This record gives sequence, structure tokens and C-alpha cells, in this order.
Amino acid sequence: MDSDGKSDIVESMHELGLMNHLLQDALAAARGGPVCGLSVRVGPLSGVVVEALQFAFEALSPGSPAAGATLTILETRPSFRCPDCQTRYETPLGAYQCPACGGTAGELCGGNELELVSIEVPDHV
Amino acid sequence: MCDSCGCGHSHPHFHSAGSDHTPPVPATRTVEVRTSALAVNQRYADENRGWFRAKGLHVFNLLSSPGSGKTALLEKTLPRLPHSAAMVGDLQTQRDAERLRNSGAQALQITTGATCHLDAHMVAHALERLNTDGVNILFIENVGNLVCPASYDLGEAKRIVLLSVTEGEDKPLKYPVIFQKADLVLLTKMDLAAAVEFNREAAVAHLRAVAPNAAVLDVSSKTGEGMEAWLAWLESSAAGA
Repeated sequence: MDSDGKSDIVESMHELGLMNHLLQDALAAARGGPVCGLSVRVGPLSGVVVEALQFAFEALSPGSPAAGATLTILETRPSFRCPDCQTRYETPLGAYQCPACGGTAGELCGGNELELVSIEVPDHV
Repeated sequence: MCDSCGCGHSHPHFHSAGSDHTPPVPATRTVEVRTSALAVNQRYADENRGWFRAKGLHVFNLLSSPGSGKTALLEKTLPRLPHSAAMVGDLQTQRDAERLRNSGAQALQITTGATCHLDAHMVAHALERLNTDGVNILFIENVGNLVCPASYDLGEAKRIVLLSVTEGEDKPLKYPVIFQKADLVLLTKMDLAAAVEFNREAAVAHLRAVAPNAAVLDVSSKTGEGMEAWLAWLESSAAGA
């Protein structure tokens, strides 16, 4: 982790370290300019607690070009492909049965996401 | 702070809100990024996996809550697998590595300080200290924690999650992510099952709800119950990996 004396806290809760990566990616994408908003996609199987991610952002962003920016969390659901009947389906966490054939061998194809989707920057450059 | 877009900066803005009394439109534009927060860890994990393959090492990542019997299980397992070694993560102390070395095996401690999990980078550094001569199985005992370690691929071939009978049958429902990613779930401390009225059927049903395909084995490090099946699973897994 680089910069500004926050390195001593960024690993004490794992969302801090992960949020720091997302923040650095956002700042890099803004090429040093201000960042007004970040959209982050979070899957329920990423192991990340959304509230902790919000807290981490509030702890890390002040003093950076993303100070005061809005963090938008886009939550996904686990998605599967059934190898028996080829159905693609989404389920709540903890219910993995294929709704079409009842199979439980579904292959996970979504729900692990933890990614910075986009940033909002001032439209004057 | 800019009143129009609320972005917290005093830089000059060219908002469309003028004197025409139309509501201010936040004058921002969207820049697509698409980067993963775990991309750095994934790079190290992929490097570790390549290194393990080159060295002929079969690597098992052991995950569980603190006190569910990871170290006790390895104390009984390492002497039975003469070509095995272990690295063990804790926030502080060398105690677990010392315990494992007392069983005669090579064991390295990774102390994480305040960090609640092992990541692939920490493991990569620990590998610099590992003597791989004659070793074909490596156990990585993760920091005791049912939440954070689930997010981090270390480069392992298989994930093993321990659930001790004293923890309660509904742990898989409360912490589904870690169980969902398990290749094998070990029900540990089976010698205490009767004393704590452990309902195995309920525990397995809860586990099946989140991880329908994980293998399940019952073990007791204290009595040796289930050890042969556990060793057979490890050996067949290592042979097939």
C-alpha cells in the first residue's frame, strides 16, 4: 500500500485493503483529477461486507481527489448454470437448486464480483 | 464544496445550471473502469499455483473459525505423511509452528500482525523460506476466521473447511461463503459429539444447502476416528491433482 500514512490501517479489516485497491484504481482512471463518484459491483460470494466497504471508503477517501465522492454499491446475486438442463439462474445466497430441474450441481458463474465498474468525473475537461 | 455535483472540490465547474431556473444538472461524465479489487491477489495466487506445479507440490488451504482444531489435526496428520510440510498463519506468536515442528515436520509461521487472513503475497514470501526437498504436500493453515480468508485464493489445489461439533450445526448457513468454496468439509472433534448433542444430520443438511458438492468427513484428532479416511482423501486428491 502506498501514500499518506493510512497504510497502518488498510489491512486491519480486509475491506480496508480491498477498498484501497478500488480507490487507487479510481484515482488512476481519473489521471490525477477529481473523482465525484465510484460504482462498485459486489457479489455476495466475494466475502465482503457492504457496510464495511462503505466505512472503509469513508476512512480512506478524505484528503484524496475522491474526497466527498459518492460510493454506489451494485449488489449482484449468485448465478449458476445447470450442467443437467443448461438453465442459467440466479438464486439468493444459500439456495442453489436449479429451478427448472431441481439439480444441485450448478456451476457458479457469478456472485464473486468485487470490481470497480466506473467512476464519475467532472465534465469540464 | 461544489453545490451542484457535491464532489467536495473547489475546482472550477461548468455546470449547466445557469440563470434559466432549470434544476442543476450534475455535470459529470462516466468513465468505465472494470478493475477487480482482488486482481493483485489473483496475480500472486496464479504465480504461486505455477510455482507449486513446477515443484510438484499439492497444496491444501485449511480454513475454519479459531479453535476448531486445525493445528491439532495437522499435528496428527503430518507424521503420517512423511513428505508433507505446513505453513501456519496467525496474527501473533510462533506457537502453532512450534507445535507442528514438535511433530517432526517442517513448519513455518506467518505472523500477519493485524491482518485477519492470509493473502497470496504473504504466502509467496513464506515460500522463500520453505525447503521443498522431498516435499510433495503442503498444508497452509489459514488465520482462524470464517469470513475474510474466503476471499483470498492462495494458489492452493483444494480448500478444506473445518467445522467442529462444538460450534453449532448452523454455521454453514451463517457463514455460507467460506463453506460454498470448500472442496472438503471436515466435521472435527467428533469425540465430543455426544457431549454437546451434536446433530450431524442437521449440520450436513445445512452444509448441503450452501455446498451441495463438497465432500464431508468426520474426524477426531484426539481418538484418531476418521483419520484413515482423511489420509486417503488427501492422498487421492494429491494423486489426482
